[in-house]
Amino acid sequence: MKADGNIFFTLALQFVIMSLLAMGGANAVVPEMHRLVVEINPWMTEREFADMFAISQAAPGPNVMLVTLIGYHIAGVSGALVTTLAMCGPTAVLAHFFGRVWDRFKDAPWRIAVQAGVVPVSVGLIAATAIVLTRASVHSWVALGITAATALITYQSRWNPLWPIGIAGLLGFANLV
Amino acid sequence: MSETTASSPPAAPIPSHLELFLAFFRITVTGFGGTLPWTRRMFVEEKRWLTEQEFNDLYALCQFLPGPNIVNLASVFGSRMQGPTGAVAAWVGFLVLPFFLMIAAAVLYENFGDVDAVRRVLGGVAPAAAGLIVATVAKMAMPLFRRFGPAPFVLVATALAIGVMRWPLVFVMLVVTPTSIALAWWMRR
Repeated sequence: MKADGNIFFTLALQFVIMSLLAMGGANAVVPEMHRLVVEINPWMTEREFADMFAISQAAPGPNVMLVTLIGYHIAGVSGALVTTLAMCGPTAVLAHFFGRVWDRFKDAPWRIAVQAGVVPVSVGLIAATAIVLTRASVHSWVALGITAATALITYQSRWNPLWPIGIAGLLGFANLV
Repeated sequence: MSETTASSPPAAPIPSHLELFLAFFRITVTGFGGTLPWTRRMFVEEKRWLTEQEFNDLYALCQFLPGPNIVNLASVFGSRMQGPTGAVAAWVGFLVLPFFLMIAAAVLYENFGDVDAVRRVLGGVAPAAAGLIVATVAKMAMPLFRRFGPAPFVLVATALAIGVMRWPLVFVMLVVTPTSIALAWWMRR
């Protein structure tokens, strides 16, 4: 798609807002990214979104790098730079300032209540991410089995997540999914 | 630890800008499948910049803040060691390599994403990646469901509003977050 100045502004604004609402980390706002780039705008397909999430999980580095793939797909290297900076910049500045005053309020009752209130919201957001990604990536019984088995293995054991990812990739390559 | 690190000096000397950059750079090189365990290992066991308790405290702060957690951790740690420029050094160290790796991955994906073998592999990997998130949710949700309180209801309501109803995040958060915090405040004894 052709990228003009307008698209960079939209991307910057939307990803800054998302980062400020990302209670519980980048994985909490995956459904909102999906809404923005698949549902509201015709920027990518459901399948491309699921692929990019999978690549961001399998690659080294933080999971937030999903936004780099999305930005590149929409508006090239500049788009990737805009989404990455928007997602990782403002909250890092916020963190710098909060880091200096944290000790003053870390044991305050209001701080503990805020955290107690925010935790179930962030787990709910990540649960929504699980729903959206399962819908986007599971199109067969074998795929559903892969999702279930990966979830069980990761929940029950201390295996590195790359193992189930690698095995699932081999199953896919062997045309079994 | 009231005035950053001044009142509890770490076991090792304070890292320079270059050391901050290199430390976070190395975490991304080794951090396949999640960066948190590597960060903890390097900071607490290897470099001894922080005690276990200090690391947990730092991570609690970064979970409290919005945004990508470990990116925030780089910023807070860098800033506590060397001020704003230290934050920048750690932040850049943490993001520069993953950024270029992702650009490379994106170029490959845009050119070969439709090749049949690549399609098949990603068709297997994508449901596995979804499974990783399912496991994360199960781990995080378990302690909330074991205790009496509003948390399970808030969790399910948020998941339904965003994941099933697909309502805009901003509006859901404006309603759910204050409600949940008010309930937590009211239930705090």
